[in-house]
Amino acid sequence: MNTATFSLATLAPAIPEIALLAFASLLLVMDLFVPEREKHATYWLAIASLLGTATLAGTTIGTPSAVTFQAMFVSDPMSQVLKVAVLLAVAATLVYSRLYLQAREMLRGEFLCLALFATLGMMVMISAHHFLTLYLGLELLALSLYAMVALQRDSVRATEAAMKYFVLGALASGMLLYGMSMLYGATGSLDIARVASALGTPYASQSLAVFGLVFVVAGIAFKLGAVPFHMWIPDVYHGAATPTTLFIGAAPKIAAFAFVMRLLAQALGGMGADWQMMLAILAAASIGLGNLVAIAQTNLKRMLAYSTISHMGFLLLGILSGTDNGYSSAMFYVLTYVLMTLGAFGMILLLSRAGFEAEELEDFKGLNRRSRWFAFVMLVIAFSLAGIPPAVGFLAKLAVLQAAWESGFAGLVVFAVLMSVVGAFYYLRLVKLMYMDEPAGEITIAGRADMRVLLSVNALAVLGLGIVPAPLMDLCARAITASL
Amino acid sequence: MPQGFPILSLVIWLPIAFGVAVLATASERNPGPARWTALAGSVLGFVAGIPLWTGFSAAAGGAMQFEEIHPWIPLFNVNYHLGVDGISMPLILLNSFMTVLVVIAHWEAVTEKVGQYLAAFLIMSGLINGTFAALDAIVFYVFFEAMLIPMFLIIGVWGGPNRVYAAVKFFLYTLLGSLLMLAAFIYLYHQTNGSFEILDYHKLPLGDTAQKLIFLAMFMSFAVKVPMWPVHTWLPDAHVEAPTGGSVILAAITLKIGAYGFLRFNMPIAPDASHALAGFMIALSLVAVVYIGLVALVQSDMKKLIAYSSISHMGFVTLGFFLFNAEGVLGGLVQMVSHGFISAAMFLCVGVLYDRVHSRQIADYGGVANTMPVFAAFFVLFAMANSGLPATSGFVGEFFVIMGAVKVNFWYAFLAATTLIFGAAYTLWMVKRVLYGEVANAGVAALKDVNGRELVFLALLAACVLAMGIYPKPFADVMNPTIHELLKHVATSKLS
Repeated sequence: MNTATFSLATLAPAIPEIALLAFASLLLVMDLFVPEREKHATYWLAIASLLGTATLAGTTIGTPSAVTFQAMFVSDPMSQVLKVAVLLAVAATLVYSRLYLQAREMLRGEFLCLALFATLGMMVMISAHHFLTLYLGLELLALSLYAMVALQRDSVRATEAAMKYFVLGALASGMLLYGMSMLYGATGSLDIARVASALGTPYASQSLAVFGLVFVVAGIAFKLGAVPFHMWIPDVYHGAATPTTLFIGAAPKIAAFAFVMRLLAQALGGMGADWQMMLAILAAASIGLGNLVAIAQTNLKRMLAYSTISHMGFLLLGILSGTDNGYSSAMFYVLTYVLMTLGAFGMILLLSRAGFEAEELEDFKGLNRRSRWFAFVMLVIAFSLAGIPPAVGFLAKLAVLQAAWESGFAGLVVFAVLMSVVGAFYYLRLVKLMYMDEPAGEITIAGRADMRVLLSVNALAVLGLGIVPAPLMDLCARAITASL
Repeated sequence: MPQGFPILSLVIWLPIAFGVAVLATASERNPGPARWTALAGSVLGFVAGIPLWTGFSAAAGGAMQFEEIHPWIPLFNVNYHLGVDGISMPLILLNSFMTVLVVIAHWEAVTEKVGQYLAAFLIMSGLINGTFAALDAIVFYVFFEAMLIPMFLIIGVWGGPNRVYAAVKFFLYTLLGSLLMLAAFIYLYHQTNGSFEILDYHKLPLGDTAQKLIFLAMFMSFAVKVPMWPVHTWLPDAHVEAPTGGSVILAAITLKIGAYGFLRFNMPIAPDASHALAGFMIALSLVAVVYIGLVALVQSDMKKLIAYSSISHMGFVTLGFFLFNAEGVLGGLVQMVSHGFISAAMFLCVGVLYDRVHSRQIADYGGVANTMPVFAAFFVLFAMANSGLPATSGFVGEFFVIMGAVKVNFWYAFLAATTLIFGAAYTLWMVKRVLYGEVANAGVAALKDVNGRELVFLALLAACVLAMGIYPKPFADVMNPTIHELLKHVATSKLS
């Protein structure tokens, strides 16, 4: 495509991104002029931009794949679904965080603006069709996240977490870039489709490509938080303010899934045999270590951090099968996992109030006495995370396990299944604290009506998707088949 | 009843819907409405199941009846497939019946969080019915696992002093077993080229090693549930700490799911492995019968004693199944239903005493017959049934199993028959110490006899125990065609 044929119509696939960028810029300007006591206006603008963009992205679902910006950017069925999910997840994050941020005077333009730019980064990652676009999206997301973690500048823990996150994140980005440059050397292109087709030809240097692949996988493992590249997860989850933890723990996982899909399944699909083994080791280590170490945690945020590590291991189980079945299972897994994470951190935010962080496990003691409904909400989410039916977590696990088994990783499946028993223990402990112990101190249920309703809907969705999973599963399967 | 009316779905979802309604209407201060809603739900659930018995056709042989099939997850070919045969149908009715008794029995025993307690039981009742009716492996698994959640809460919230330990132990033991079964299902799913139908698995030819591995994976799951020696250790803890209703459902129903699993999964899916490992299964069963019987003898806690007696009686069930003859399997099945009645009755009797004295220790009682003569009469009847007295249901099952065992090996029968002595010893000795002798203390002297409500459930159970003991033919008629088909199927090798 040359510049002479450029017309506005060719930008159509990127309309949601362009809209979000415009909204984010508007928010940036507006925040300058809105007086301090009218700050909630910026919050509502942020919500409106996310929902508006989600609507725009939603209308694209079902349209055939289209590329733009000289094939650097693609809008395919997979990206269309994932973008809507990201936007909704971020909107839910903001709703859950509102009161918490207000009480700590953090509900400012900075936080919202960074959140929107991070979201834009995720969308770019999801739609990338070129290594540079992929990297661009990734860095936009990562830089926004570093700043969000560091936003609580008088908190030592948050500063330390931000520092750790930044240094390790930069290292991972470096590895990723290095790997990409190797792949460029091997194939002569950075375009995902061309890399894929070049790898099949005898001109590509296999050893160089494998060398690059190792670095790319290391970068991916870091971004996902797979063992042994997981060290940043517990510290960042624990150190960051809970809304930031929720932000990091939810929507970026969807983007990370897209990132892995673009790199491994699409660009390097021909080297499946090479990366399957690497992912298998990462998955086994993550599931094992994540579940075992989670038992020793007394801080709920840290516990959820280790639980994330093990869940990313399960996600890798789906991806490493290297089949459409596996990819769509992994997509289902990541979408439902984000739903559960939103609920879990939403509950922490619900129980926190000014000057009090409800982030220790002990803070959930006797919740059933205080609020039967929200104890039930947490019960559903805990059992879903543990993979106990009828909550959706079970079906998600079943989907990835059967896909991995199909591709011949039976031993890994049995290992993952046994580790799930270990994992069940720490979720059970949470349920035990809520239902079988007496409250240790005063439990207040904070949160406005919108948050309570959304949290309830969230839990019911976790339960409902476990009972009626077919529509979402079909959507994932169709999106994957149409995109690969 | 119109043809194709979804009775099984009704039997599953009606109690669950009532459970949710009870949760929604429950109030801490006035538990009355919740109690009556729960009673209505449990009675309706039982009534809804009656057409299963009346409409059941014994002529259909081993075929499934009342089938329902709807696509659930088309992507993985999972269907909401229900159906019952002569094995599962009586168990569904037993469960629905027990739920009514549990709801009646809770009236005085539970005063805290009544709504949640009753809701947990109703939801569990529906899930258990689902477990027995499921013909799709994933549907079975979902019901099988989901059942753990209400049971975990029942033991952990309303149980005795050491309840949390018992609840967690119960949950993790069962989960470990069932996850291995899930791995087996995934294997079978790929072997059948994408089917989760249990009946397809029955027909699937499998190699020797595959059969053995599947057998062992499922064995882990069901042996924990039964429970078989040596994975029985969760049961005494769970029973002792559970509230009376929890013990009743545990002993009368959930243990049966383990035994049911052997008949529905292990034996038909892996017949050659079942034959090859029959000696192993029989050995474990006999250890349960003899050794656990001796353990029961030394218990000083009534609930623990009955818990051990349950393990010992369930040993009979698994022994009967792995004899591979009609007497053994029929005896095992009859023993399952009969033990459901008897163990429920025994736990309810202990519950009646516990509500009054708040002790389960045998030593705290003595001479109860003097102050509670009506209760004592029932307790003695159930104790006799528990020790296998002829004309009670306890005799029929044990007699058939021993008959089946004689056909296979005299010593199996000999060891199994020792239970008639040990069972009588531990049960009657407990009865003697609790009911007879001098009035032991002021607490016993102040006891009041059973009230109308307690009389209702004790009389109902007594009627069941006697009816099944005197005239077991209706049960045998329902079960026999299915057993016949099952044995024919299991006798055919799947190795090719």
